[in-house]
Amino acid sequence: MESILEIKGLKKSFKDFSLKGIDITLEKGYIMGFIGPNGAGKTTTIKLIMNLMKKDAGVIKVFGLDNVKYELDVKQKIGFVYDENNYYEELTISEMKRIVASFYKTWDDSAFNKYIGEFRLPLKKKIKDLSKGMKMKFSLAVALSHNADLLIMDEPTSGLDPLVRRELLEILSQIIQDENKAVFFSTHITSDLEKIADYVTLINDGEIVLSLEKDELINNYGLVRGGKELLNNVNSKDFIDIRENQFGFEALVKDKNQTRKAYKDKIIIEKPSLEDVMLYYTRRCRNV
Amino acid sequence: MNIIISNQSDKPIYEQITDQMKNLIINGELSESELLPSIRNLAKELQISVITTKRAYEELERDGYIVSIPGKGSYVKPQNKELLKEARIRIVEDKMAEAISAAKTINMSLEELQQILRLLYEEV
Repeated sequence: MESILEIKGLKKSFKDFSLKGIDITLEKGYIMGFIGPNGAGKTTTIKLIMNLMKKDAGVIKVFGLDNVKYELDVKQKIGFVYDENNYYEELTISEMKRIVASFYKTWDDSAFNKYIGEFRLPLKKKIKDLSKGMKMKFSLAVALSHNADLLIMDEPTSGLDPLVRRELLEILSQIIQDENKAVFFSTHITSDLEKIADYVTLINDGEIVLSLEKDELINNYGLVRGGKELLNNVNSKDFIDIRENQFGFEALVKDKNQTRKAYKDKIIIEKPSLEDVMLYYTRRCRNV
Repeated sequence: MNIIISNQSDKPIYEQITDQMKNLIINGELSESELLPSIRNLAKELQISVITTKRAYEELERDGYIVSIPGKGSYVKPQNKELLKEARIRIVEDKMAEAISAAKTINMSLEELQQILRLLYEEV
């Protein structure tokens, strides 16, 4: 399979935080969700991919090309959506579009107009007067209007209402109808990924905790609940993390079938949500 | 063609899809050589991941229900008529077994059951 994004041993140190040599690979044709708590390193990683800051070590390849050496070529084919608006607030949508369009060799005005229509964006309105959802949709319309093959989004859904978030998900599954395209998208709202993400990568404190098919997580992992007496003879390696309360325990396990065999009907096992997985892994790291 | 998936079910989503498609093929609702939706289109419509629909189609192909031709799509595989018939007979047997066990719980005799069967057979 062909990797559209490949990150190897990526490092970046700040005074109080560092990315500790992370690896990420995304094949074309798929959507990867990049999740983790605030301050875990999601935005730093994305800024390094976009060469908005200098890495300390490691390799980033986009479309098989080094992202620094071939920065201009690579960026022509990336659609980028920031979590914050970075356009001139005083300009209208159509004025801003004219500026942005000039950066891209493959700008497609008819695609842009199609999205403006679909998103019901007012061309004559100033950017500062747009709602948060409209600003995101404007960024998205720009990102989708120069024939990008890779869409990179940093927290596109934070602060948006459920309706707009759902619309975004529909647009993303529309994009990957073309199997040569891919989406890499960071979020701490994990429910957005529950549906359409193909892969999930979890980052915590500058390290990749896991990166795998979402289906594998949802189908194999289990959220287990049971009485505390069971914990006495538990091999704690089976549990990713255990939360005890007065009346029992809750834990996350990697292989629910194995747990089912070991404890039979003494326990309840449910499918975990991505949020459960994120919370259990993150907490475990904090406890260590 | 209807495919209804449940996110709450314990059954993985790819398995829900393969089960339902197998039924559609066995029941003849999906006919021989019919073109199926693409994995990407099915994923979009059901709002699930492409990997899920891909896995479902791979399992259907492995079990001999569909064939996938690169660049063209996936089709319902012409089924071995005998096997298909056997599969359909099995459905009839299963439903009959269900009726029999319901009959037994109220102590219905074989003769009574046969009588009902004859009546219904002529009616339907």
